Amino acid sequence: MSILIQASYFLAAVLFILGLKQMSSPVTARRGIQWAGAGMVLATLVTFLAPELYDNPQAVTNYLLIIVAIAIGGGYAWVTGKKVAMTDMPQMIAMYNGMGGGAAATIAAVELLKAQGEVAHAQGPGLLVRVGLEVLNGQPESIAQVMGTDVAILAIIGAVIGTIAFSGSIIAWAKLDGRLNTSKLLPMQQQINLVLAVILVVLAISVYSTDALAPIVAFFVLALILGVFITVPVGGADMPVIISLFNALTGLAVGFEGYVLGNAAMIIAGTVVGSAGTLLTHLMAKAMNRSVSNVFFSGFGTTATATVDAGATGGSMKDIQSQDVGIMMAYASQVVVIPGYGMAVAQAQHKVWELTQLLTEKGVKVKFAIHPVAGRMPGHMNVLLAEAGVPYDLIYDMEDINADFANTTVTLVIGANDVVNPAAKNDPNSPLFGMPILNAEQSDNVIVIKRGRGTGFSGVENPLFLLDNTRMLFGDGQKAVNELIQAVKEL
Amino acid sequence: MIEGLAALYIFMLAGFTGYEIISKVPVILHTPLMSGSNFVHGIVLVGAMIALGIAENPTQQAIGFIAVLLAAGNAVGGYVVTERMLEMFKSSDKKDAAGGKK
Repeated sequence: MSILIQASYFLAAVLFILGLKQMSSPVTARRGIQWAGAGMVLATLVTFLAPELYDNPQAVTNYLLIIVAIAIGGGYAWVTGKKVAMTDMPQMIAMYNGMGGGAAATIAAVELLKAQGEVAHAQGPGLLVRVGLEVLNGQPESIAQVMGTDVAILAIIGAVIGTIAFSGSIIAWAKLDGRLNTSKLLPMQQQINLVLAVILVVLAISVYSTDALAPIVAFFVLALILGVFITVPVGGADMPVIISLFNALTGLAVGFEGYVLGNAAMIIAGTVVGSAGTLLTHLMAKAMNRSVSNVFFSGFGTTATATVDAGATGGSMKDIQSQDVGIMMAYASQVVVIPGYGMAVAQAQHKVWELTQLLTEKGVKVKFAIHPVAGRMPGHMNVLLAEAGVPYDLIYDMEDINADFANTTVTLVIGANDVVNPAAKNDPNSPLFGMPILNAEQSDNVIVIKRGRGTGFSGVENPLFLLDNTRMLFGDGQKAVNELIQAVKEL
Repeated sequence: MIEGLAALYIFMLAGFTGYEIISKVPVILHTPLMSGSNFVHGIVLVGAMIALGIAENPTQQAIGFIAVLLAAGNAVGGYVVTERMLEMFKSSDKKDAAGGKK
């Protein structure tokens, strides 16, 4: 039986890696997730046969509990996952990721509590999953002695990482879902976090060498709080980086707990995700010209210095009517659309595609320019445009289109802000300074569709809106694009 | 069971594998891939089942139950949203092979 289980885990690990590999091309991507899914089902089913499970005196109850838990957890995720709108995808991924982190942390909790129980009751070593040499030589005195040094260390590290990923992901979900709007919890947040982190390390060491319950409980509670405190100050523009980082952290935690349980499938899958996620996080942070530590410790967009003095750039926002924009676009040679998170919120992607088709019929060349961090996740805009039916050959990455803005008659910015902020190029005082941006200001005309005059998610003023060739079309994204469609049709 | 050094080798090789996979992914697939890797660490479900399976008293069972509940949510939710995202790429596959490489 053990051979069957081990072979199945091996096969599952192979399927995961091949599946992820296939996801690296749009043509095979769908098959990739299905292969990985098959691996998951296989691994789950054979686990029911694991001898650890049916050798337990509580076996019947535990089997029942497992099935009920899978039904509830899986059922909830199935329903919410099917129901969620494409625009709300980022926070759902954050949520499911948090659940994975929480699962890894609770596995560690069970293992630590079991070990602590062994120490406290000084029971015989017969029931232990792993027996450290010390245990055989006498009464165990600490969790580390019961679990073994390596296992105890990885269990504790995995517990910290998993717990922080859990509470942090929940906060990320709440912020993206608009349930939590504050970026400030306490004064001196960063300093408090540092102190808490130090205390957490002390607690982790005491868990390693303890025989009592209290340090374990305190340890988990503090890790939960730290996850919340770390995530709350993070600015909205940095959310993609955070979600990706928590994804990588959960993977790592799963890998570590896999070692604790001696489960190769968990080690491989967890570590693959851990390193892939770390690289993805790095790529994203680089696209924004910021380091990962900067994302966490700068309190981006919440500081008072973030306000750029509008007087220096001169000018003011100039309104325009949709009829005028319609004429401007219908007789343009090239129109570039820059979508941002605002398009996702307004659900305007379908209307944007309708407008694109209309303009194309009139002989206007329409292109889409996607900034690497547009939206709340990398590729977020691509997914939305794909949903609306926009073909890939109209969609351009930043490097491919930036030289083309000089040949563009109209650039239509819809719901994007920071990714077209010229202050990133020419204002060293701007918090965005150094971030590569789309050169929208180089086109003949810039039309910005925006809900109001306020700043974007990051809270930074945008001098682009004040330029002489920029006109503002205020209103809800979907409504504004609809008006443009009417305006073009009437011509 | 995997012990000491052998586990270290697995960690290292799996780490390089993950790095290799992501380094060749076009930007358009970053979100589905993040979602897909989010699904893959749903394998924690296996560990959660074992943690609950070896529980011996109500406290451990309660915590193990939460572990399985959360892990099942991770695995199922991760799959459903990834599949939904990739489904939309289906109709454009032919166009994409030519123009959407990056």
